[in-house]
Amino acid sequence: MTKQFALGIFDDEDVLLHAVENVRAAGVKIYDVFSPYPVHGIDDALGIERSRLPIAAFFFGMTGLAFALWMQIYMLGFDWPMIIGGKPHIGLPAFVPVAFELTVFFTCHGMAITFFTITGLYPRFKTPVMDVRATDDKFVMAIELDETSSQFPRLTQLLRDNGASEVNQKEMTH
Amino acid sequence: MATLTHHESATAEQLVVTDGARKTFIAIIAAGVLLLIVGILAQVMGWGAAEHGEAAGHAAAAHGAAHEEGHSVLIKRLIVSLWHSNLFFLGVSTVGTVFMAINYVAYAGWSVMVKRISEALSAWVIPGGVIMLIVFLVGRQDIFHWTHDGIMDPKSEHFDAIIKGKEGFLNLPFYVIRMVSYLVIWGVFSWKLRQLSLAEDLNGGTYWFHKSITASALFLVLYAVTSSMSAWDWVMSVDTHWFSTMFGWYVFASWWVSGIAAIALTAIFLKQNGYLRALNASHIHDLGKLMFGFSIFWTYVWFAQFMLIWYANLPEEAVYFNQRLGGFEGRYTFMFFFNIAINFVFPFLGLMTRDAKRQMIIMKIVAIAILCGHWSDFYLMLMPATLRGENGFLIEIGIAAIFLGAFLILFTRRLASASLVPVNHPFLDESVHHTT
Repeated sequence: MTKQFALGIFDDEDVLLHAVENVRAAGVKIYDVFSPYPVHGIDDALGIERSRLPIAAFFFGMTGLAFALWMQIYMLGFDWPMIIGGKPHIGLPAFVPVAFELTVFFTCHGMAITFFTITGLYPRFKTPVMDVRATDDKFVMAIELDETSSQFPRLTQLLRDNGASEVNQKEMTH
Repeated sequence: MATLTHHESATAEQLVVTDGARKTFIAIIAAGVLLLIVGILAQVMGWGAAEHGEAAGHAAAAHGAAHEEGHSVLIKRLIVSLWHSNLFFLGVSTVGTVFMAINYVAYAGWSVMVKRISEALSAWVIPGGVIMLIVFLVGRQDIFHWTHDGIMDPKSEHFDAIIKGKEGFLNLPFYVIRMVSYLVIWGVFSWKLRQLSLAEDLNGGTYWFHKSITASALFLVLYAVTSSMSAWDWVMSVDTHWFSTMFGWYVFASWWVSGIAAIALTAIFLKQNGYLRALNASHIHDLGKLMFGFSIFWTYVWFAQFMLIWYANLPEEAVYFNQRLGGFEGRYTFMFFFNIAINFVFPFLGLMTRDAKRQMIIMKIVAIAILCGHWSDFYLMLMPATLRGENGFLIEIGIAAIFLGAFLILFTRRLASASLVPVNHPFLDESVHHTT
């Protein structure tokens, strides 16, 4: 499956932010923006919905906490009870550090895996890249074109008017 | 969306403390005085005995043990609660300068919008320090076991060999020297940073900014040492036999998170009254993150101290938690668990989501809870060691309210004495554009 994209290349963060606002105001749907570093305010400018990742993170954390407590209570309380330091078999304060660590462990690994899966950024042999310069010093605004690419000349003009240093057309294979 | 990239720059704003606000502060003081009088009456008439039920007989029994030295229970309660509330407000007040200093050293831009609030918080450092010194000189025997006569004299019947062993540190001249040095260091630096900030308002340029960074860096080094040592001196030494290596951090964490809550609360109040026009939800959000994070930090320190003592279970260490968990017929047990609930569970769950940190009403509730919670944290640090089974709440809350009213009067006076926005701060524009 191939898709055609118009890529507006920008040299400057502020110019990009203004361009995003103006392009959207002109009624054009932006596919995505690629930048070497996170640009403040770009999410709002692009109108991206809030990520639901924190909700997933909460449940990963709860899973980790429950697992840690179950593991310690089962192991030390029922499976192989031992007296350690004269404390009760199920001595909750002693379980807190492990519970804390496993909560963090489950949360961060769960979040990272979820994030990579959803965004398609997981490791693979061939990574689709719009423009490699987006990993260096350029900001790339990608706009999806229809099959005939008929709107490309108009988009070129629009992007150039808003400060793009160059506008390219690129075919991407997913 | 145009507001995202086109901001108006901030201009000077002058706070006007209305008569209504002044009346509110006076009313807080009046309510405090009223509570205090009721509390004193309750103590004198022995209503406290009815109030606390079964504890009456116990209190009488403890009387002999706890009062070989010092004043009557009433005077003792007054002095200890003066010390307690003053400690809390002095700490919060100093945190204002510490917060500003950290932001200077970190070259932080976002916090410029609330910088004047943290400056104004430190208005209490000097009066608080003076009160602290007076309370110590007048009532030290009611607060500190180690100041009792003859306790370090082998011939005396009150002789205590363990306390004698700490004489090199806990002796009157050295203690007073230390106390005065902490207060002078905190007072001088909060004054100095304020002066630099005001000079910047008048003259502009980056000269004052760089000077502030130098002063801040120096202050932070000194504060790191003095905050820890003041915690040993002012709080930990009430339990003279007991010690904990976590204590300096524990007290600092308590002060620090309360200070941030105070800054956030003030910022929200000012915003809601039409000041700080350039303050946006992102500033509130960041203050919320700090409140959230440092509530967890406080819990971390609290728990690290608790767990090590619980696990090792050495008598000389465990006595601290024995007294607070079930000691004195369990009169501190509720406070003990309440302390964790209000200072950890509530901010943790309440401020977990991004939306909560951007809602003024939730931030206000949590900030007030944190301030009350850490006041009770100090209560729990001091009371079981000093008043033991004779603690109460009317006098203590009354005195806290008097302190709060006085604190607010000085705080708002300093807030009103300069522009609420430091107009010539080099990072002001960054703060205006702050987005999270």
